[in-house]
Amino acid sequence: MKKFGTLMLAAAALALGMGAATAAETTIRIATEGAYPPFNQKNADGTLSGFDVDIANALCEKMKAKCTIVAQDWDGIIPGLLAKKYDAIVASMSITEERKKTIDFSDKYYNTPARFAVGKTSGITDVSPEGMKGKTIGAQSSTIHANYLEAKYKGTATIKLYATIDEANADLAAGRIDAHLADSIVELAFLDGKDGGCCAFAGPDFKDPAFFGDGVGVGLRKEDGKLKAEINAAIKAILADGTYKKLNDKYFPFSIY
Amino acid sequence: MEDYLAMLADLAVRYGPRLLGGVVVTLQLVGISLALGGMMSVPLALARLSRNPVLRLPAFAYVFFFRGTPLLAQIYLIYYGSGQFRAAFEQAGLWWFFRDAWYCALLAFTLNTGAYTAEIVRGGIQGVPLGDIEAARACGMSGFTLYRRIILPTAYRIALPAYGNEIILMVKSSSIASIITIFDLMGETKLAFSRSFRLEVYLMAAALYLVITLSFEWVWARLERWLNPQREAPDLKAPDLQPPAALVEPQRQ
Repeated sequence: MKKFGTLMLAAAALALGMGAATAAETTIRIATEGAYPPFNQKNADGTLSGFDVDIANALCEKMKAKCTIVAQDWDGIIPGLLAKKYDAIVASMSITEERKKTIDFSDKYYNTPARFAVGKTSGITDVSPEGMKGKTIGAQSSTIHANYLEAKYKGTATIKLYATIDEANADLAAGRIDAHLADSIVELAFLDGKDGGCCAFAGPDFKDPAFFGDGVGVGLRKEDGKLKAEINAAIKAILADGTYKKLNDKYFPFSIY
Repeated sequence: MEDYLAMLADLAVRYGPRLLGGVVVTLQLVGISLALGGMMSVPLALARLSRNPVLRLPAFAYVFFFRGTPLLAQIYLIYYGSGQFRAAFEQAGLWWFFRDAWYCALLAFTLNTGAYTAEIVRGGIQGVPLGDIEAARACGMSGFTLYRRIILPTAYRIALPAYGNEIILMVKSSSIASIITIFDLMGETKLAFSRSFRLEVYLMAAALYLVITLSFEWVWARLERWLNPQREAPDLKAPDLQPPAALVEPQRQ
């Protein structure tokens, strides 16, 4: 009995100590995908880097919060937020009406259009649903790009959805799909890379807000209004003090805001 | 509670038809790969048992590789691996096959289940009582006739439960096809989940997988009883299984 009492005391002390530590400095857990260069990617040593990661760190610095960034597969990134495995998503997630039914977003921190990359041998010049008749086209699943294909191209083209951008690009290079709809900057990184010779951009930028949303924001749980306000203030602050421009210029030769 | 049920009904209406479409794809993939793998298994098992190393060693290597590596790795190797060597496959006139994710999945599943089934058949053949074979030889049977009439029918009966197991494993493993863009039951489930964010769609998928495996088990139980009536658990209360009265300890008065 005595032993049990000591044990209980120790446990209580431990719990108290932990409580005190979390109260002293807020820790914000942030999820990113880690497979979406140049916005977020896993390095060879397992660390995460990219524009999203730099933005997340800059926001945390402004909020004077301690942040931990974890990698989470895209398909499960919203459920993980809802399950409180982390508190925010900084993973190039577009602010769309459909997602707003489930989660909340901060203000946008960048906005880039979507564009088709097509195989050079595919013979595609017209990327409208009629022009893609009979072709096989792909996108990453659970994305605005996938939703757009399903909404507009379902009747005329065969649609294939991939878990990651890399897999979709691999199949584009192999000729399994004739065209790949993705974020223009992400696709540019692929086209400029060593396997990008197979393919080229075709057609216009896609921006229709009904599908592509109003830019990319930080994904948050609906009940976390306080965190949302803090993050919005931090986004304003890094835009105002030049931190954002510095990060932007580190990755891109033009402004993506 | 009512809200929840309404939500479930809504999920079922919205995604149910697609999930059922996925069931069809899963059954096709599993059915065809099992049939093809089954056809490969007997020659492979015989090669495995052959005294001739030219037959035995390749069969051994094939079974060793496909049983010893994960199906996930095999399907990735076949699908994304073939994509890397498109030019070579085009030259060989095989690209139409490897271009299609469905064929790639079918190939991976067939090769995988073929290896497992070959081992199951081998176990069955080795389990045939030597006395049966001796008796058949004494009757003048040999070679092909011996296999056709005595060894293989007995081997199939011995292998039946293990093969049933393999089929169930195959149904579940087939969910791996979803990672190479195939909308089988698992692929449709992932899609439904990514749209609805409701964990319940995975429960619906689990229920559908259970229905598939349960109905299969029902069929298999009947098949086993029909082919192996002697294996049925004996009814220990049956009068002809009671010990003779003389052996029963006399009751104390």
